[in-house]
Amino acid sequence: METRMLNVKINGRDYQVPDGTTILKAAREYAKIDVPTLCYLEGISEEGACAICVVEVKGARNLQRACVVKVTEGMEVWTNTSRVREARKLNVELLLANHPKDCLTCERSQNCDLRELASELGVREVEFPRTRTEWLPIDNTSLSLVRDPNKCVLCRRCVNVCAKVQSVYAIDIMGRGSNSTVSTFLDEGLGNVECVNCGQCLLVCPTGAITERSEIPDVWKALGDPDKVVVVETAPAVRVAIGEEFGMPDGTQATGKMAAALRSLGFDKVFDTDFSADLTIMEEGFELIGRIKNGGVLPLITSCSPGWIKFAETFFPKVLDHVSTCKSPQQMFGTVTKTYWAEKMGIDPRKIVVVSVMPCTAKKFEKERPEMKTAFHYWQEKLGLKDEEAFKDVDCVLTTREAARMIREAGIDFANLPDEDFDKPLGESTGAAVIFGATGGVMEAALRTAYEVLTKKSLAKLDFEDVRGLEGIKTADVDIDGMILKVAVANGLGNARVLMEQVQKGESPYHFIEIMCCPGGCLGGGGQPISDNPDIKKRRAEAIYREDAGKPIRKSHENPEITEIYKDFLGEPNSEKAHHLLHTEYCDRSCK
Amino acid sequence: MKMNLEDRLKENPELKKQFDVLDAYIGELGTPEGSLINVLHRAQEIFGYLPDEVLEFVSSRLNVPRSTVYGVVTFYHFFSRVPKGRHTVTVCLGTACYVRGGNAVYEKVMRTLGIKAGETTRDGRFSLDLVRCVGACGLAPVVVIDKDTYGRSTPEKVAMLLNKYA
Repeated sequence: METRMLNVKINGRDYQVPDGTTILKAAREYAKIDVPTLCYLEGISEEGACAICVVEVKGARNLQRACVVKVTEGMEVWTNTSRVREARKLNVELLLANHPKDCLTCERSQNCDLRELASELGVREVEFPRTRTEWLPIDNTSLSLVRDPNKCVLCRRCVNVCAKVQSVYAIDIMGRGSNSTVSTFLDEGLGNVECVNCGQCLLVCPTGAITERSEIPDVWKALGDPDKVVVVETAPAVRVAIGEEFGMPDGTQATGKMAAALRSLGFDKVFDTDFSADLTIMEEGFELIGRIKNGGVLPLITSCSPGWIKFAETFFPKVLDHVSTCKSPQQMFGTVTKTYWAEKMGIDPRKIVVVSVMPCTAKKFEKERPEMKTAFHYWQEKLGLKDEEAFKDVDCVLTTREAARMIREAGIDFANLPDEDFDKPLGESTGAAVIFGATGGVMEAALRTAYEVLTKKSLAKLDFEDVRGLEGIKTADVDIDGMILKVAVANGLGNARVLMEQVQKGESPYHFIEIMCCPGGCLGGGGQPISDNPDIKKRRAEAIYREDAGKPIRKSHENPEITEIYKDFLGEPNSEKAHHLLHTEYCDRSCK
Repeated sequence: MKMNLEDRLKENPELKKQFDVLDAYIGELGTPEGSLINVLHRAQEIFGYLPDEVLEFVSSRLNVPRSTVYGVVTFYHFFSRVPKGRHTVTVCLGTACYVRGGNAVYEKVMRTLGIKAGETTRDGRFSLDLVRCVGACGLAPVVVIDKDTYGRSTPEKVAMLLNKYA
């Protein structure tokens, strides 16, 4: 059925818009007039909570919120009358009345929607006195995220992302009226409830109310300590986003500049998580092959994404045996660095500090999991270490944003650095590892290896187009020499939930499922630069696949350093030693 | 660590009975969707207030996120998160009561009981609530204790009124 077109007059000019169009959309898309918004987030948060987008509609007594009111036939809209301008200003002033005025030192000082709005609307003074008599307590319970309710403007974007995109429902508006706050069940704090630490709330927060728990001071301290060997690893999705922090075009492949900048910061070795992504493919690929051949539990589900892992432990604890036992690439890297590399180089593992740069806030939680001390257990007997001397496999996690902040602090001219390479041996990687950063990438990388291992034939075409792209759930039937492998890929936990409910009911038709916590995969992670480009995930994904296409080696099992680590240290994929060092276990975190 | 609810119920048959009543009530609802507020009302009737474990139970039984349940409970003034006293003193501060000195009555009640609105005395005898109008403006200022309404109240009368309720 054809959509009816409606006549609408905006600021005196005539437009035709489809039935069902909001005034906001009509103004922005058809009339090319910007109506300012604060709480609005297309498709996710459309509640008219902030009343910044008010417009005058002929015949309506009150100003109308453009983001929720739909155009009707013959409507006359005015977006720029003095009444509208005054009302918008007034609403911003009311928001500012209780807002801390510490913009100079706020983490979001350079990209705060509220500050920008106040500036654009010409708010130069706030008439209203502060009404809150005391500061609200900061939520410091989470290992990944910090919430400052004083900076919150109650726009509900975080609440909506958590509920509608991630289906986690960790937060909601509590209380009412002027006492409302965004909080958790029983105000227990993000660290004590369902929150999976994905940081999607942080990405959509218009102010500095949600930030990552910064580990920058710890990393500076380690870098300044002459007794430490400080090693950095960078996740695949970081290299295609970090350039944004330095004014480079969206989708810039900044791999070489990133390696150079990290070396300039003073890291002793600049390694690459892509190396351990290749290692993950070996372990997980062989786990899949083993489960298929031996009638193991299927579907097998990937385990790289710590937000997804906590989600599974919280909401689907009964089917954790479907989740691959492989540690994530970050954790494999930490373990390998403090065992294999330490041994090879003759370095005391206690002196090694592993710092990872991640597109992710959940990685900060992951590295603190008590079981992630495998290297310590490996050395405990050999070096006669006491339990109190336990060290973590990964010491510090920096988000892409934090790494950029350190680079700026150090006065490094990132955009103009000459490209450098990663150090060896833990810096060697393949195209298969790079695509871990995009949804569908782990699946594609695993298929490249599984196909060749199972069939002992060389793959004619490496690109598995069916599992690429930003759709929430992708499926494919992959022909492996006559055996049809049914696979599915989900990104965003709301989509993961759909696949997991099938698994829980025993109705999942798949052999292998890739799940990434964040929409778009790691490239859309909660640790990435905050962007206002609606196509940002697409740009980053294109950069990732360009990086893959340009790699001389594109299959994990062909990485020469991977061959070497198995020959010299691990034995075979899924060997007892590999299991001991590179695999892990999960726990039931259900609240009920 | 918090004791799991099942174990607690084994030790406390009285509590178990209350949960059984709530469980049966939820079971009788044809469609649990949209019934959160009704269920919380019933739960408050049964338990006298809404403790943490009841919120957890309602969340899991209705398959509604815990944060949603807590959001609703903290939004509505009617829902109480603390045990109610044997008697509920409600002071009206609607317009008529306010202009005729309801505030002084409220302050006297607070001082006498040593609690604010929304709280319960330590001996469990009284809870204190504030309302905006009980529809008896001709009698302003009004104090309601349980189901008894007292009009033209004054700070001086407060002690006498409270003494009637043991």
